[in-house]
Formats: sequence, C-alpha cells, structure tokens
Amino acid sequence: MNTTAQTPLWEVFIRPRNGLAHRHCGSLHAADATLALQAARDVYTRREEGNSIWVIPSSQIVASDPQDKEALFDPAGDKIYRHPTFYDIPDDVGHM
Amino acid sequence: MANEALVTQLIRLADDHLILGHRLSEWCGHAPMLEEDLAMPNIALDLLGQARALYTYAGAVENKGRDEDAIAYNRIEREYTNLLLCERANGDFAHTMLRQLFFSLFMHNFWQAALSSSDETVAAIAGKAVKESDYHVRHTAQWVIRLGDGTEESAERTAQALRQLTPYLKELFEADDIALLCTDEKWLPNPAVLEAAWKDEVTQIFNQAKLLLPDYELGQSGGRQGRHTESMGYLLTELQFMQRSYPNMQW
Repeated sequence: MNTTAQTPLWEVFIRPRNGLAHRHCGSLHAADATLALQAARDVYTRREEGNSIWVIPSSQIVASDPQDKEALFDPAGDKIYRHPTFYDIPDDVGHM
Repeated sequence: MANEALVTQLIRLADDHLILGHRLSEWCGHAPMLEEDLAMPNIALDLLGQARALYTYAGAVENKGRDEDAIAYNRIEREYTNLLLCERANGDFAHTMLRQLFFSLFMHNFWQAALSSSDETVAAIAGKAVKESDYHVRHTAQWVIRLGDGTEESAERTAQALRQLTPYLKELFEADDIALLCTDEKWLPNPAVLEAAWKDEVTQIFNQAKLLLPDYELGQSGGRQGRHTESMGYLLTELQFMQRSYPNMQW
C-alpha cells in the first residue's frame, strides 16, 4: 500500500464558492479516482474550504520545463504596454 | 417509566458512538497512509459529535443534573451498554473498515428512519447524523470492496476480519422491551425492522468485494446489559483517565 506504484499521486482542486474557479490546493496519494476524491474530501475540505472537488492524476499534467523559463517568460518583462494602465478613466465610471 | 426507557435507549445509542469513536481515534498517527490518518479521525469525530448530542439529550430527559461528561465518563464498565461490535479491538485495517461498514450501514438506515421520529430532538440529531453516516458508508464500502477484491493478502485479511466480526452482527438488531417501548412511542426506530435492508446492502457490497455474508444468527450478546468483552476494561481505562484523575475537569 505504501508503494507509489499502487497509490499514485493526484492533484486536488477545490472550488471555494459557487461562481469561483477551482483552485489547486495540494496533492495526495490514492489507488484510484474514487478513493482520490474521498481522500481529497477528508484531507482538504475539513474546514468548509469548498463545495466542489476535482482530482487529476499528477502524471496527466503537462508542465513547462524550468530550464525554458527565460525563453518563455522573460520576453514579457519589458512589454509594460500590455498592462491596461494607460487609459484615462472618467471619474464618473468609478472603480473598475 | 416511558421516559426512563428513552433515557436508557439514548444512552445505549450514545455508548455505541462514543466507544466506536474512541476505537477509531486510536488509529490517529498509526494509519497505513497519511490520507487515512485523516479519514478515520474524521469519522471518529462525527461519531463523537453524535454521542455528545445523544448524551446531552439523555441527561435532559432524565432531569437529574447529569451532563454529557457525567454520563460519558463517570460510569463503571457494567453501566456501559454499547454493542460488543463497537468495543472490539481495532485489529488490522481490514478489520477496522469492515467493522465500521457493518455499523455505519446499520446506523445510516437507523438515522433515516429516525428522521420521522415523533421526538423533535431525536429527529434533529438524525438530520445531521444521516449525512455523516452516508459518507461513512461510502468510504468504508469502497475500502472493503478494494480489500476484499484486492491482493491475495488483502483478501485473506478481509476474510479473516469477517470471520472475527460475524459473531457480533446479530446484536445490532436486538430489540428488548425497552427498545420496543421507544418504538411504540415512535421516538426511535426498531432495530429489528432494519435488518432486511441492512442485509441487502451488505450483500450488494460483498458481491463486489467477493465476500459472502455468513449465517450470523448465533451471535454474541450482552452489551446492552453491560456484559462486555475483555478489551472493554482496557478501553475505559484510557477513555476515562482524565476524568478519573482530575474529576470534573474542563478544557
């Protein structure tokens, strides 16, 4: 039971309230999807954290390579015009 | 007289939950995996919460000034009236899960029937407990199915747990005059009436778990009269330690 081959890793996503998106909150080990869902309920919703749970096998997640960090993310560093901070908002609009 | 019967029956029910909750809590820090180390105490806390509600109400109906702690902690072994099933030592994980499945399936049906109790407090306790026991059944059934239809070792351990627990099943459905009085008043469900549904549900789960429910007619009895197995004394020693050492302590 303790070998990770029998109980692979799952990523857990919890939706805190209706209307909000599921958010990644942690991971756990479980033998299959049903037990993973139950374990997520027992581990991550003990203090009313949410009303919906997703579990996804960690092996199914495709992640970017940390070594690609510079190529992927640094080019965005000097494109400040992509932030919508250059518009004059009329006072009457109030908070946007 | 009728009120006395209700108090007795409420305390029996509360004792089941306190004692089994205590047993489950013994797994805390010792479960086979971290996820179960949270799942079992979660169930234990649900059982303890149900026990508290029942003890408190029993004390109120009795009207002799006993609160939940006084009833829960200040009795001698022969005054505890829980099912023998609930006091059985944990054994291995398969034994714990199967014991919990048997009890939770019974209680789920019991609470469902108690929703229509003529006693408002009982109906309210049932309203909360029925959701909790629903999850207890789901969780333990999934484990029993996987253990029974799992590896050679898990199947053997589950089969052994079933052999060990079988003598304690019949007591679940015992209904003496006190229980029947509470049934007549529509305060609490009749345990005997719940047996057929329980058996059906166990059989359905066992079909998936590749287990066979044996004939359990010849069973152990005596818990409701305070006649316990050897392990009960050890359990109470630990359960009562704080109240015996520091009477009336609070925290």
